[in-house]
Amino acid sequence: MSGIDAIFLARAQFAFTIGFHIVLPAFSIGLASYLMVLEGLWLRTGRHVYQDLFQYWVKAFALVFAMGVVSGLVMSYEFGTNWSAFADKAGPVIGPLMGYEVLTAFFLEAGFLGIMLFGLQRVGPALHFTATCVVAFGTLVSAFWILSVNSWMQTPQGFEMTADGHFMPTDWAAIIFNPSFFVRLPHMVLAAYLCVAFFVGAVGAWHLLRDHSNEAARTMFSMAMWMATIVAPLQIVVGDFHGLNSLHYQPTKVAALEGDWETEAGTPLVLFGWPNMQTERNDYEIALPHLGSLVLMHEWNGEVKGLKAVPPADRPYVPVVFWAFRIMVGLGLLMAAVGLASLILRRGGRLYRAEWLHRIVVAMAPAGFVALLAGWVVTEVGRQPFTVYGLLRTADSVSPVGLPGVATSLAAFAVVYLIVYGAGFSYLFALTRRPPVPGERGPSPSQPTRTAGITPGPALPGGAAATLGGQP
Amino acid sequence: MMTLPWLDLPLVWAGLIAFAVLAYVVMDGFDLGTGILFAVEHEAHDRDTMVNTIAPVWDGNETWLVLGGGGLFAVFPLAYAVIMPALYPAIIGMLLALVFRGVAFEFRFRAQSRGGRATWDFAFAGGSTVAALCQGLTLGGILQGVHVEGRAYAGGWWDWLTPFTVLCGVAVVVGYALLGATWLVWRTEGALQRRCYKHAGRLGALTLTAIGAVSIWTPMLNAGFAHRWFGWPGLALTSPVPVLVALLAAGFFYGLARRHHLTPFLCALGWFVLGFAGLGISLFPHIVPPSITIWDAAAPPASQAFLLVGAVVLVPIILAYTGYAYWVFRGKVQPDAGYH
Ligand code: HDD
Ligand code: HEM
Ligand code: HEM
Repeated sequence: MSGIDAIFLARAQFAFTIGFHIVLPAFSIGLASYLMVLEGLWLRTGRHVYQDLFQYWVKAFALVFAMGVVSGLVMSYEFGTNWSAFADKAGPVIGPLMGYEVLTAFFLEAGFLGIMLFGLQRVGPALHFTATCVVAFGTLVSAFWILSVNSWMQTPQGFEMTADGHFMPTDWAAIIFNPSFFVRLPHMVLAAYLCVAFFVGAVGAWHLLRDHSNEAARTMFSMAMWMATIVAPLQIVVGDFHGLNSLHYQPTKVAALEGDWETEAGTPLVLFGWPNMQTERNDYEIALPHLGSLVLMHEWNGEVKGLKAVPPADRPYVPVVFWAFRIMVGLGLLMAAVGLASLILRRGGRLYRAEWLHRIVVAMAPAGFVALLAGWVVTEVGRQPFTVYGLLRTADSVSPVGLPGVATSLAAFAVVYLIVYGAGFSYLFALTRRPPVPGERGPSPSQPTRTAGITPGPALPGGAAATLGGQP
Repeated sequence: MMTLPWLDLPLVWAGLIAFAVLAYVVMDGFDLGTGILFAVEHEAHDRDTMVNTIAPVWDGNETWLVLGGGGLFAVFPLAYAVIMPALYPAIIGMLLALVFRGVAFEFRFRAQSRGGRATWDFAFAGGSTVAALCQGLTLGGILQGVHVEGRAYAGGWWDWLTPFTVLCGVAVVVGYALLGATWLVWRTEGALQRRCYKHAGRLGALTLTAIGAVSIWTPMLNAGFAHRWFGWPGLALTSPVPVLVALLAAGFFYGLARRHHLTPFLCALGWFVLGFAGLGISLFPHIVPPSITIWDAAAPPASQAFLLVGAVVLVPIILAYTGYAYWVFRGKVQPDAGYH
């Protein structure tokens, strides 16, 4: 082991790869549900605009999903390559949960994805809709398991510890439904929905700015704004519960995200400042008296534990946690404000004409993703210096891989991800820059190509049976 | 927690993990092989056809790799924690190669310019080849043994890189290319199919050579392997293997000569199954030779039993709907079928 440097690089590598990974599944989770709604509406109402929107977004989905899958594949091996000590000690507890994720979610998504993307002509609308629902459901099941894993690392229970520091599971229900899971899962799923709501809304707004009358653009903008109106306030409420939960189980993290150094009754709410790790106070602080206690404990004079309650070696790096939290909350409030504005503009039908709102929404295309990443930085940096909170230190989790190895692989990941995901996002923007048109074509190989005008034989019922197996 | 004293959980799980890895090897084998064949198939239409044969199923195929890794983590965490650092460069290389290849499915149809298209075709071919190579290196690296002290890998950086592991790497590339060629024989027609018959013939001969070379070398790696192969009762299991390989070879070349569509693919799969059985005989009961057995590496019974319940229920269901997905996309893929 080469000490702190290899650990730091291993952390950086994990943060980098999972930072990419989380954005993509969040996109998939939200988009899969959106596609399910679109197809359901199409089947119910028969309105072509829904089918057009489905075909328009399903191409983006195929792109995002492929990127998500390969970034996830990397994650599933990274626990072994970079965190092998952690894998050996905590594997018996979290390994089976991730095993269930593969068995119940990944296979389900992968098995029905092909049908969802390419199978409409082959299986007909009803079965195709079923496949879309199964894929959407699979993404949520995946979130269920992985968030259970992560929550267990934050609030571990249901195990015994052996003398040499191995975690032995004793109660699976307690492990899966650990105390922070109940707030983390809804918060994450709502976050995924907000990511997609603002991305779809931005694409809709962009096309509205060019053509007020494009029906598909109107529809997607309106749907996205309904999501913002309903989900953004809900997210704030869930976020508040998340904070209460963390205050109970991880008071040090909450002290860091609030920037509270002292333990006192009637804690102020710090709006801005720069937490100074050396002097143990905030430089340039602007704070509102008593409001900290009110927000965190819902009590005017509640006592909140400060950072100084634990030794410096057990504190996270405060400025990152503090600022990431403000970015997330700021964006959450902004999203709710946009939702409210759109609600008001709906009266009198001004929603499709309010260009100022369209511009704001275009600018907020990445807002959901930024808030999501900021939220994860709060969570993950805030629990440092532990991987399993209070029990297993990050320094004791790392692999016996030396500095050169970790440094080389980190550089390789950085280069590859920037090329691959850079290209991927540029293709995504190319797709969405084009307005949705009536008669939008999906990604199906079995659909007639306009240019070539060819329908593959086996795609047609009957033709398939004839060539089955290809045996002469 | 449930305890099942009559059930040797590590043994059951060793079987299940072996099954997952085999499922991965044969399924991703033919789709990686299809990518490897890009090296000899340059025509744009043919390449589109080749990709279209696997586009609806590749994600499912790759999920078996996630199950292999995830399963190892869950039920044999010690093996996972030793193998991954020991083979660090090969594993990272495989992952990065799979990243390129996985996104190339979509990107090559999205690229606006001809240069972009060529780039992602190259990424597809290169990613497939490097991933196969790294998988072979990993396999060889495990077979030749891993230096362990306490509960951690204690060897050096390049321990995994030896002539034997290079042979295994090349063997896997050749074998996957064969699976790809025979898969394409089955799923395509016309000129592409005719060329794939030719590729399959050459690759079949090369694969047989590679199987022979690895089989001769493996028992020489350590005395335990030789004992298991040639001692009793191992011999009863190993002696039919060459005979079966020869029988399959006869079927393979006969099928090629008679222009059968499916027979060559099935025979090639058969070789993989047999080769895999040979590996199993060599390794058992070790999971990381020469020191860690499946019982040493096992997670506690509570973990193994918990996941086993799920596996017993879910794996058959997964196989059923995977079969259904293949069924939906059955039949010949036409050369001109537009993908996007
Ligand atoms: C669109 C994304 C998004 C938005 C708008 C918000 N959050 Fe959030 N937040 C997340 C996305 C997120 C997240 C990425 O999903 C996290 C990281 C881990 C988790 O469970 O959720 C998170 C974590 C997280 C945590 C840390 C929990 C811990 O201790 O681990 C708190 C206290 C909050 N959130 C509170 C809020 C509040 C009060 C918000 C109101 C404005 C808010 N979040 C908006
Ligand atoms: C909150 C965190 C996470 C969530 C919500 C999540 C969710 C998902 C979802 C929905 C998918 C499938 C869709 C897609 O890839 O676009 C996926 C893929 C994947 N994830 Fe994650 N994930 C998370 C973190 C992780 C972590 C930490 C790991 C590693 C252990 C991981 C491993 C994988 C793998 C291996 C895949 C590919 C599966 C496939 O082949 O279909 N994920 N994840
Ligand atoms: C999905 C969104 C996630 C993001 C953006 C994220 C981000 C991060 C970051 C920034 C770190 C580094 C913290 C530091 O070292 O200061 C980290 C560490 C870590 N996270 Fe997460 N995380 C996510 C989810 C998860 C999940 C779902 C798991 C578990 C399955 C997980 C497991 C870990 C582990 C094992 C570390 C160890 C390294 C460390 O503690 O530094 N993370 N993560």
